[in-house]
Amino acid sequence: MYTQALDVHGKEAAPDAADGGPAQRFQARVDAEEKIEPKDWMPEAYRQTLIRQISQHAHSEIVGMLPEGNWITRAPSLRRKAVLIAKVQDEGGHGMYLYSAAETLGIDRAQMFEQLLSGAAKYSSIFNYPTLTWADVGAIGWLVDGAAIMNQIPICRCSYGPYARAMVRICKEESFHQRQGFEIMLTLAEGSPEQRAMAQDALNRWWWPSIMMFGPSDADSKHTAQSMRWKIKRFSNDELRQKFIDITVPQAHHLGLTIPDPQLRWNPATEHYDIGPIDWAEFHAVLKGHGPCNRERLEARRSAYEAGRWVREAAAAHAQKQQRRRALPAAAAG
Amino acid sequence: MSENWPLFEVFIRSRAGLEHKHVGSVHAADERMAIEHARDVYTRRQEGVSIWVVRSSDIVASDPGEAEALFEPARDKVYRHPTFYTIPDEVKNL
Amino acid sequence: MSAATDSRTDAQRELRTAHCRYVLRLGDTALVLAQRLGEWVGHAPQLEEDLALANLALDLVGQARLLLTYAGELEGRGRDEDTLAFLRDAPEYTNLTLAEQPNGDFASTIVRQWLIDTWQLEIYQGLCASTDTRLAAIAAKALKETRYHQRFSSGWLVRLGDGTAESQARTQRALDELWRFTAELFAPDEVDERMHAAGIAPALAALAPAWSARVDADLADATLRRPPPQPYPWHGKRGVHTEHLGHMLAEMQHLPRTYRGARW
Repeated sequence: MYTQALDVHGKEAAPDAADGGPAQRFQARVDAEEKIEPKDWMPEAYRQTLIRQISQHAHSEIVGMLPEGNWITRAPSLRRKAVLIAKVQDEGGHGMYLYSAAETLGIDRAQMFEQLLSGAAKYSSIFNYPTLTWADVGAIGWLVDGAAIMNQIPICRCSYGPYARAMVRICKEESFHQRQGFEIMLTLAEGSPEQRAMAQDALNRWWWPSIMMFGPSDADSKHTAQSMRWKIKRFSNDELRQKFIDITVPQAHHLGLTIPDPQLRWNPATEHYDIGPIDWAEFHAVLKGHGPCNRERLEARRSAYEAGRWVREAAAAHAQKQQRRRALPAAAAG
Repeated sequence: MSENWPLFEVFIRSRAGLEHKHVGSVHAADERMAIEHARDVYTRRQEGVSIWVVRSSDIVASDPGEAEALFEPARDKVYRHPTFYTIPDEVKNL
Repeated sequence: MSAATDSRTDAQRELRTAHCRYVLRLGDTALVLAQRLGEWVGHAPQLEEDLALANLALDLVGQARLLLTYAGELEGRGRDEDTLAFLRDAPEYTNLTLAEQPNGDFASTIVRQWLIDTWQLEIYQGLCASTDTRLAAIAAKALKETRYHQRFSSGWLVRLGDGTAESQARTQRALDELWRFTAELFAPDEVDERMHAAGIAPALAALAPAWSARVDADLADATLRRPPPQPYPWHGKRGVHTEHLGHMLAEMQHLPRTYRGARW
């Protein structure tokens, strides 16, 4: 049940002398691939990790509506316009599925929004890059959604039921996103010299940020070991990144575009692509708020939220009036 | 002034389905809006022909702590299942 | 060729021109309104409304595509939906002036939406009986979408009109400012009259009472005042627009116009 009213915050089951306590029972369930549901006992750290991860995932989706939303009014054909609107709408929907899942853990949407707008919560760094040309829309679908899919498929099997179910839904919808992006790139790559140059330029700007989406090597990550044990995370960042690279490089070859990495080469011994060094300084700078669009993205969400306050209040006020009106005949009769 | 919209749980019955399944939740100021939001979020790919929305605060759920007492006793009452009974093959329509 | 035959082919040609123009008007209104709604995505007052407005935009783009494609065929000059959408300048656009008005605040957007939804409801309902079976089919599909749009926009009109003092003030202001553009909605011109005579379209003026009754009912629920009638003869459907359309098209048409002949 996804209801907020059932608050299990702070409730700890009595320790069972026979098998060593609720934490052990919990781990046994996770090890047995059982799903943990909202009302089940869970370690507080598990709950907090999930709240953080799911809400940040949700924030990424809704901030992610902005770079592509930027091109809806300028989509170069009616078909592209329709597809782009549908895609951005999907992203909003994904945000909603995820906020929904997070709310089952005892945090509400308003709180999560405050965290986003205050800067306390993070979102995927990739959306702090600007969309400068139509080709960027293609590159985002192909690379960014491609990387997201790689990250998201394993989460369909994560231990927390609502999160896993939201991911199953999201993954079904995500593959159209990647295909439409690739189709845009293909059309450009097979188009005029200017279109081809536009596609190459987009690839040049989006390749490295997409690679960085998977996050730093897990040796440098604080949370990985515990997240793996709790089956919230199922593969390491490096594993997922390598998988993404191996799949995407041949796609770039098909497009006839050049990946902006002079050190990229196929390694016949490992049967993987080797890449050049990743500039993690840029990643951390962007994460800290110094990317090209961090301010603009948050400002857009903040001003929409502020400007919309009177609307939300009006709807709530009207609902109250309706409730009072419905109660009146009963009061009069009684 | 309140601007918070309550949470509604969403249940959808699919075209081929017999029962409404829980698919997630939406925020809405009132019931009419809740139906529209549920429709916009959860039926974009023809997933449903019927929508139920229920205020989350109205849902009553069983407590997992009581799962043993609630659900275990049904385990050994196999006589509730048709396969428990042996009927000769020649007898039809049973 | 005899004079009688000449006048018959002239008449056919005039009818076809009017037919094309009629369908184009419907398509242009849908497209321009969709374009306005597209500007909202990512900036709505609540995440759920981002999805709702995107849904409206998507439906309207779909209607525009069907109607523009059909208009291009009727025209017979080889123009498809994209040529018509991206390579016509403002004076050739035939949308309702109301559709091109800027979004303003949420109240303004809702009032504009509600006025056009209630109008489309009457138009599409009437067109279901058209002797033009293709147009009737488009209208039947669009009618289902419009019913949902009208449910959405009238619901919000009532919430905003009968919400808080601020929301009522904003909505009344939006209504007062946009009302003059309703003068165009049921004012028939030669194109409308030809279409009606040919059994293709309903009599435009005859749809007005039903629209007016629905509008009055919604305004009563919303505790809003119906503004007095205002003449406004500058009708977008005849290509006479406000300054807003030029800017909108400049943004919308930028890519195809910059990269002539490119495929997207």
